[in-house]
Amino acid sequence: MNWGAVIAIYKFEMARFFRTLTQSFVSPVISTSLYFVVFGAAIGSRIDQVEGVSYGAFIVPGLIMLSVITQAISNASFGIYFPKFIGTINELLSAPLSFLEIVLGYVGAAATKALFIGVVILATAALFVDVVIQNPLAMIAFLLLTCLSFALLGFIIGIWASNFEQLQLVPLLVVTPLVFLGGAFYSISMLPPFWQTVTLFNPVVYLISGFRWSFYGLADVPIGLSLLAIGGFTLLCLAVIWWIFKTGWRIRN
Amino acid sequence: MPMVEIRDVFKTYDGGFQALGGVNLDIKEGEILALLGPNGAGKTTLISAICGITLPTSGTITVGGHDVVERYRQARSIVGLVPQEITLEPFEKVINTVRFSRGLFGLPRDDARIESILRKLSLWDKRDTPIRALSGGMKRRVLIAKALSHEPRVLFLDEPTAGVDVELRRDMWDIVNELKADGVTIILTTHYIEEAEAIADRVGVIDKGQILLVEEKDSLMNRMGHKELRVELDEPLTEVPGGFDGFDLRIERDGKALVYSYDTSAERTGIARLMAGLTDAGIAVRDVSTVQNSLEDIFVGLVSAKQEDEA
Ligand SMILES: Nc1ncnc2c1ncn2[C@@H]1O[C@H](COP(=O)(O)OP(=O)(O)O)[C@@H](O)[C@H]1O
Ligand SMILES: [Mg+2]
Repeated sequence: MNWGAVIAIYKFEMARFFRTLTQSFVSPVISTSLYFVVFGAAIGSRIDQVEGVSYGAFIVPGLIMLSVITQAISNASFGIYFPKFIGTINELLSAPLSFLEIVLGYVGAAATKALFIGVVILATAALFVDVVIQNPLAMIAFLLLTCLSFALLGFIIGIWASNFEQLQLVPLLVVTPLVFLGGAFYSISMLPPFWQTVTLFNPVVYLISGFRWSFYGLADVPIGLSLLAIGGFTLLCLAVIWWIFKTGWRIRN
Repeated sequence: MPMVEIRDVFKTYDGGFQALGGVNLDIKEGEILALLGPNGAGKTTLISAICGITLPTSGTITVGGHDVVERYRQARSIVGLVPQEITLEPFEKVINTVRFSRGLFGLPRDDARIESILRKLSLWDKRDTPIRALSGGMKRRVLIAKALSHEPRVLFLDEPTAGVDVELRRDMWDIVNELKADGVTIILTTHYIEEAEAIADRVGVIDKGQILLVEEKDSLMNRMGHKELRVELDEPLTEVPGGFDGFDLRIERDGKALVYSYDTSAERTGIARLMAGLTDAGIAVRDVSTVQNSLEDIFVGLVSAKQEDEA
């Protein structure tokens, strides 16, 4: 195992992040504040409480998930797509590296960035509403697994994409709708029965539900199912990456 | 054991284009091999297959005795590559990108070494400059620094002097000579024949994905080379003198020089006969000199001979 290389890639990627630290930091703070103004104040004044939690506090876990998922995907997909695009990937391919080390470096860095942004959002949210974390360990576990698994997904997208449009396509057409419809801003129980059933096919529901459970003890689906879903999703991504590694798909043409 | 051993390597790209059509080549440890070939000959593809950037469709390649696919770690850890295209992270500082290259090879940080490489390449003053702010020549220097940062035993230079300034070219040859003195094996591709002629120990000629020949540069030039014998005359001639059938003769300098072009590999060069004939004809000779033809002539001859074969 070439750990030196993993660290080199990780540091190089994090340096990119720190170069644009203000931007990385300010934009989640602003967008979170906007969500609180729009959803918290406007809608919250009508909804008041969801299952005993103020609406503002209720949406915090969903907001964090929304940003963490988007950030993990976009950081990881861009992280590996950019070297492909400018050709520096050849340096990785000609170095004594296994694909595993490349994945660890890029996915590790992307997951770290997403985690950082998740924490920033949590802190921002705490300024607006009373955030309670009943199950800190579960909260951290869900957050870490989400960062990791969606960074893996982002990595796959970055390898797959052959232009910038494709890079944007999956997050835009698949992930964002799934997250928005995944109960980030409402409880599934607020939907008509038919839509409740439909929603259960959305994997993000399990994530947000589990994550929210770690805050308030409220869950749309059993917590075990949530863990199973995120665990299964991580394994699926790992399997796809293992296959890419075996075949050299889209990398060593 | 050759440092690099290439056996029956074929490469057909996804689109169906065959870029390498059965390449066999041994590269000796410590030599400088120039791979000479026109654009599209397959030079970059061959290097990419050796370095792990692309997978050969079939055939085997070893570096330092290690198969580049099965034992890629061992093989790649001794290989450095200066790519043909300038591929650099635009926003990163020079020194960081060079450190990164060393890190990728799993080597511990070595600031002294990096500094000496950057100084040698006149990059030390630019170490904190973001790459996008560098000129093209400077970027190429960065690529060389990256390749040297991990102390390769085999160095590939893919068209290193295409479009670079004289200064960089000179620095590059200095570095190549230093590396050679350290026993590093160097493979450079070029379509400039002077480059191969000036620096290589051996020359390989590649065209349309096939190696046409590999030979010691000197023996290649001797074997294939034509030499010209210039005979300076006291009295100008108005035409090529008669009586020299089968001699490739022409006059130059308004008849004050007679030039005889001959094949050095021929059993009899005919020089003695020419000189005797001139004396017999009463033509007074002031001076003689010989000029060796360049690799370029050899190369053009080879490629066109091959095309005629195919036609
Ligand atoms: N990725 C690729 N896909 C398809 N064809 C390629 C690819 N790379 C190179 N080629 C083709 O293979 C041939 C050899 O290219 P290359 O190895 O770059 O030649 P050279 O370096 O000698 O100029 C060219 O005809 C080129 O168009
Ligand atoms: Mg080339």
